[in-house]
Amino acid sequence: MTSTLESAVFVFLLATFLGFEVIRRVSPLLHTPLMSLTNAISAISLVGSIAIAGAEKSQLSTILGTIAVVCSMANVVGGFVITDRMLKMFKKREPGR
Amino acid sequence: MIATYFTQLSYIAAAALFVLSLKWLSHPTTARRGVRAGEIGMGLAIAGTLVLHEIVSYQWIVAAFVVGAIIGWPMGAYMPMTHVPQRTALSHALGALAAGLVGTSEYYLHTGELSTFTMTALSLEVILGFLTFTGSLMAAGKLQEWLPSRPIVYRGQNAVNLALLAIAVAVAVYLVGNPGRSGLFPVMAVLSLVFGVLLIIPIGGADMPTVISLLNSYAGLSAAAMGFVLDNKLLIVAGALDGSSGFILSVIMCQAMNRSFTNVLFGGFGQVQMAAGAAEQRNYRSATAEEAAAILEAASSVIIIPGYGMAVAQAQHKVRELYDSLTRRGVDVKFAIHPVAGRMPGHMNVLLAEADIPYDRLIEMEEINPDFPRADVALVIGANDVTNPAARHDKTSPIYGMPILDVDKARTVMVIKRSMSPGFAGIDNELYYMDRTMMLFGDAKHFVGELLKEMTGARVGA
Repeated sequence: MTSTLESAVFVFLLATFLGFEVIRRVSPLLHTPLMSLTNAISAISLVGSIAIAGAEKSQLSTILGTIAVVCSMANVVGGFVITDRMLKMFKKREPGR
Repeated sequence: MIATYFTQLSYIAAAALFVLSLKWLSHPTTARRGVRAGEIGMGLAIAGTLVLHEIVSYQWIVAAFVVGAIIGWPMGAYMPMTHVPQRTALSHALGALAAGLVGTSEYYLHTGELSTFTMTALSLEVILGFLTFTGSLMAAGKLQEWLPSRPIVYRGQNAVNLALLAIAVAVAVYLVGNPGRSGLFPVMAVLSLVFGVLLIIPIGGADMPTVISLLNSYAGLSAAAMGFVLDNKLLIVAGALDGSSGFILSVIMCQAMNRSFTNVLFGGFGQVQMAAGAAEQRNYRSATAEEAAAILEAASSVIIIPGYGMAVAQAQHKVRELYDSLTRRGVDVKFAIHPVAGRMPGHMNVLLAEADIPYDRLIEMEEINPDFPRADVALVIGANDVTNPAARHDKTSPIYGMPILDVDKARTVMVIKRSMSPGFAGIDNELYYMDRTMMLFGDAKHFVGELLKEMTGARVGA
């Protein structure tokens, strides 16, 4: 087992545990925005797609990489926009009502 | 050199911001800050990637950014809230497709030089990515009702599905041992695509909350696998967060429907259970809007139980008016939210929040159940199986053991329903035959409107 591999597995394990702890605390009230936000965040695969689309190593990889950038970018934009739109709707009772 | 440092720093900052983003999402008052943190993290990571020295041409990247934004913007800004579940399924599909495609191009760029470990991660990325892609498209189609939302089942379905998955995994294992056999790669990809379709075919509309959560988890895991392939820690972190989030939500949904997790993993669920025994004629009491309005006005506490039927009838805004009208009269009105109300986790809360109902009035199942015995009226609008007391005591009932809202314990129960026809699970609801239950027949939106008219009428007359 090489050290890069070892550290990658380490990072995955720790991030998974951290994810469990953080997400368990999210109120069920916000489970739909939670899903759209994690969706937008996991569209970070954009960085992998960009590297492949821009490296011009082969025609196939440029085409597939470009499609992947389109998909991820759609998720980044759509995901953050709809999460914020939903959260704006959650209001407390106005005082005096 | 400076560029490399910038890339590394931006990735570390982005990982921290993503964790903070989810942390802040835990409460409605800080949630929007969470979105900002996520956006900043994403911006930093993109900037950090664009300066990488291996990127030699920007024309395709820029074009793809523009096209992606054009597709993404309407998916975020104009999508109606009732359509959020299909939108979410669609974005799982897009994310998973991206992972699958990146895995594919990585394979063909480095055929023959991939280490055992990288090839394992790559196979996982491609299998999960492609099966989630077609599976999520199917789920979106079912939610949009472009595909029949009833489950399609046939004999030996599980055997066929499992065999297909087993072949895909076997091909993957062979490829790990012999990464140069590029002819087998498309076989693995196609099998995964087909498996995704077959996985969702037997699943019915009411099970969508679990399925969406599960696909969310798969999409996250394929992104994490991509991180292993590209040796990118930020991808691993974000993928792991997404994967664990989807996993937690699927567990919550499973518990809310009293299904085991293995049952869901093997896709052998969502079949309509035909309750044995023809429905015997039982007596129920129906009431008019006038009678119901009189009781509601005399009540001091009312709990409203909304179900997906309310959203189908587009009755949310009328329900808000009812809430306003009762609150003005000094009635304490709360909403009881079952975890699987709606078509995805938390969907009902979003629909009610959109109708301007304050979120502190939306109470989860465990918290509100002790309040039912003290409630004067429990008003059920478009919910059925989650209110059936049979789940508590009738061991022969298909929903036995499912956690339910204790609606039957309220002093008076009102049920707005189109007719006496049974709900999704195909079982009769005991609640409807209780002495304290009034059946209010009609379309949810129309009937709540009638209730409002009666109530305002009474006030004018007084």
